[in-house]
Amino acid sequence: MAQDSFSVKTNLPLTLPSRTVRIWRERVIAGVLFLAAISSVLTTLVIVYILFSETVIFFEKVMEVDRVSLWEALVEFFTGTDWSPLIEPLGIGILPLLAGTLTTCFVGLCVAVPLGTIAAIYLSEFAPAKVREILKPILEILAGVPTVVYGYFALLVITPVLQKIILGVQKFLLPGRNEWDYFQLPGFNMLGAGIAVGLMVLPYVCSLVEDALQAVPLELREGSYAMGATRIQTALNVLIPAAISGIAAAYILGFSRAVGETMIVAVAAGLQPKFTFNPFEAAATTTAFIVSVSLGDLPHGSFEYQSIFAAGIMLFFATLFMNVLGYFLSRRYREVY
Amino acid sequence: MVKPTEEAVVTQQEPLRKLAEVRDLNFYYGRTQALKNINMPIYEKKVTALIGPSGCGKTTLLRCFNRMHDLYPGNRYEGQILLGVDQPRNLLEMDPIEVRMQIGMVFQKPNPFPKSIYENIAYGLRVRGIKDRALLDEVVERSLRNAALWDEVKDRLKEPGTSLSGGQQQRLCIARALATDPEIILFDEPTSALDPIATVSIENLIVELKEQVTILIVTHNLQQAIRVSQFTAFMYLGELVEYNDTMSIFTKPVEQKTADYVSGRFG
Amino acid sequence: MVRNPKLIAVLHNPIAIAESIQQRKRWEQFFILLGWFSLLVALLTLVVLVADLLIRGWPLLNLKFLLSPPSSDPEEAGILTAWVGSLLVILVTIVVAVPLGIGAGIYLEEYAPKNWLLDFIEINITNLAGVPSIIYGLLALGFFVYILKWGESILTAGCTLALLILPVVIVTTRESLRAIPVGIREGAYSVGASRWQTIFDHVLPYSMGGILTGIIVGISRAIGETAPLITIGALTFITFLPEAPIKGEFPYISFNWLWSPFTVLPIQMFNWVSRPQEAFQINSAAAGVVLLVLTLLVNSTAIYLRYRFRKSIKF
Repeated sequence: MAQDSFSVKTNLPLTLPSRTVRIWRERVIAGVLFLAAISSVLTTLVIVYILFSETVIFFEKVMEVDRVSLWEALVEFFTGTDWSPLIEPLGIGILPLLAGTLTTCFVGLCVAVPLGTIAAIYLSEFAPAKVREILKPILEILAGVPTVVYGYFALLVITPVLQKIILGVQKFLLPGRNEWDYFQLPGFNMLGAGIAVGLMVLPYVCSLVEDALQAVPLELREGSYAMGATRIQTALNVLIPAAISGIAAAYILGFSRAVGETMIVAVAAGLQPKFTFNPFEAAATTTAFIVSVSLGDLPHGSFEYQSIFAAGIMLFFATLFMNVLGYFLSRRYREVY
Repeated sequence: MVKPTEEAVVTQQEPLRKLAEVRDLNFYYGRTQALKNINMPIYEKKVTALIGPSGCGKTTLLRCFNRMHDLYPGNRYEGQILLGVDQPRNLLEMDPIEVRMQIGMVFQKPNPFPKSIYENIAYGLRVRGIKDRALLDEVVERSLRNAALWDEVKDRLKEPGTSLSGGQQQRLCIARALATDPEIILFDEPTSALDPIATVSIENLIVELKEQVTILIVTHNLQQAIRVSQFTAFMYLGELVEYNDTMSIFTKPVEQKTADYVSGRFG
Repeated sequence: MVRNPKLIAVLHNPIAIAESIQQRKRWEQFFILLGWFSLLVALLTLVVLVADLLIRGWPLLNLKFLLSPPSSDPEEAGILTAWVGSLLVILVTIVVAVPLGIGAGIYLEEYAPKNWLLDFIEINITNLAGVPSIIYGLLALGFFVYILKWGESILTAGCTLALLILPVVIVTTRESLRAIPVGIREGAYSVGASRWQTIFDHVLPYSMGGILTGIIVGISRAIGETAPLITIGALTFITFLPEAPIKGEFPYISFNWLWSPFTVLPIQMFNWVSRPQEAFQINSAAAGVVLLVLTLLVNSTAIYLRYRFRKSIKF
């Protein structure tokens, strides 16, 4: 019996590759996988390199054309209120673009933050399982709608409705005027585009806030219910404070999305830079400016070409800051529990 | 089910008053029946322990008292849990929030809210809409004193409740339950997440608290049941096998199952 | 034990208790209404959006629209070159992003030592996932188009979108790998498998469902992405199809299409929606319907797959 099992053992065909081959195969595989992982870092490096090198050329040209020092050019860039890099004398103040971006984002967040938070609390704490199962995929689908379609929606659905509402409100408040005396919402405006941005960001904020609420341990929920609290009291007094860093991360990441949103604003908010915070006006955002320049023929090395990188670098660092902040905030709420 | 022996009741110094009573209680998680025809009294200002092996339904029974099962769909009660000495009301037919306003609970794992120590205690009053600062101050101090925590935290009431040690957190949770002056406090294995020293302090606290409030405690530690309780119910597979005063359960159990369990033959 | 009569009044007075409960429940009902309202806004957006696209685009929703190249006459203009372009670009995207993303995911989850480098790569990927897509367009313009001199080609577009969806693929790959219990890994190691054999024979197959879902979500995003492609200069009037990838004579396969100029569906839609002539709005709506149906189909496949894999695999 013992001999049998011994002979079976020795008869096992030994087809294993030699030890060195195996070790090297493992090493090569690990190396290839490492290269794949490093590709993301390379992407970032290339982005930073391209943005920086073109922006440097941008400022060199500004210094040359306008005969100013680098310092003056930078001051003009950050504080100037005229952005017209295509016409001489060059207007290189980035503020009009930032104003456009901030205005549309502000309108968007006014829509997305309250609605997204309330919807998330409802889905997480109130909705019966069946309702959740139906609504969550719908929200996911909403998040998957291409943004150019939202742009169409802002231009051809939201704006006409807003125009009618605004005119109607004026006629109601100040009746009996001539038609042309009333304020007409222009066809391109930041309000309509901002609302569309908000609707686009809404499912995103909602699902992040819901994740944060779901991560709150059951003991805290039950502890609050055991004190005689209602569901809404539990949500507002215990769950939200417990999930606060996750919720903050959700808002920041939503804001970052809104800042980077391009197609909606390019279609519906207008392409002319204008220094205004009035959402009823048309103005280009940073992203819309890049699109508007790209729409024309864009000769490599021209000043227009470099100007979109100068605008892009602002966008990149603004969103980088928010993304990293959001990352650490959301990691904190995962660590606490 | 065995009624408490007459002599056991008579030997208590004070007359016993029945504060609550479970009558013919059945409980279902969906289709599975988790509690089968439970009957037992809860005596006022005494500690009643629920013991039994894992999965016997002792925590399920405890959570019926403050209707925690109502938080999840598909749970169903049958029977009665009567609360009150003079005009008993059936807890299972009341609004769950009203029930929980009268019955406190302390959980297995300390679960202070992400708020200051002060606000943790004040929470039960805040949810009732009480904002009177003087009243809140009074309640916070009294509850912390009763939970033997006042001296340790009186200078740091503004600090978060989570900054306390595990044992302190559990006493904070006890103080939180005491703050609303409940009829009964439920303890769900309150020391199983604590170290031995913290366990002693919680046990001492439970013994002291029974002078003021009725306590129902689930424990899987038989020695703990002996140390803190006056009455003990032994449960097995969703049924109440035996209920009696604690000494009798551990020294002269009537049922064979009880004898096997308390002597360590299974569980 | 409570002696303060004021406190007894609020804690034990049945009338006060009943009132407090009633008041709080009313507030709770109000909040539920708010919740419904919020969700209704989201729902209504979807319904109105789809309805408007369908109603406006209805006259053009036929086979001719699908099979005609764009034209300056709105009634003749179709989306043939657009959807063929989308298809080819997505093909390149998949070929680039899938191996790269899965490889990176495997390395980060299974190989990478837990140190500052992993932390750094993690932050980096999170940031890349949140970088505005138009930044990828600038990267592509500066790097692929001018440094590598690939021009405004399908290859450039495919690689750009691949970089764009890479973080999604990496993150979902990691999550699916993480969901595999340690027991399975240890089981494989205990019978003598090497690290790679354990991953390739056991961990990877079991997590394929989740990874597939991530890839599909990424593809759906790539289909709808417009901004980075506009930036590389793709908004041109393309009336001809790229060279076919399969040829009649030897060597039967041609990669010339990789270098051809192209247009894609969302760009075609943007092109039409931004024209002043109202007639093109119909084209735009019709293209929107096709685009929406496409992304919704891909997206719901992902949602369905995730649902199925969650149900079927239990550890």
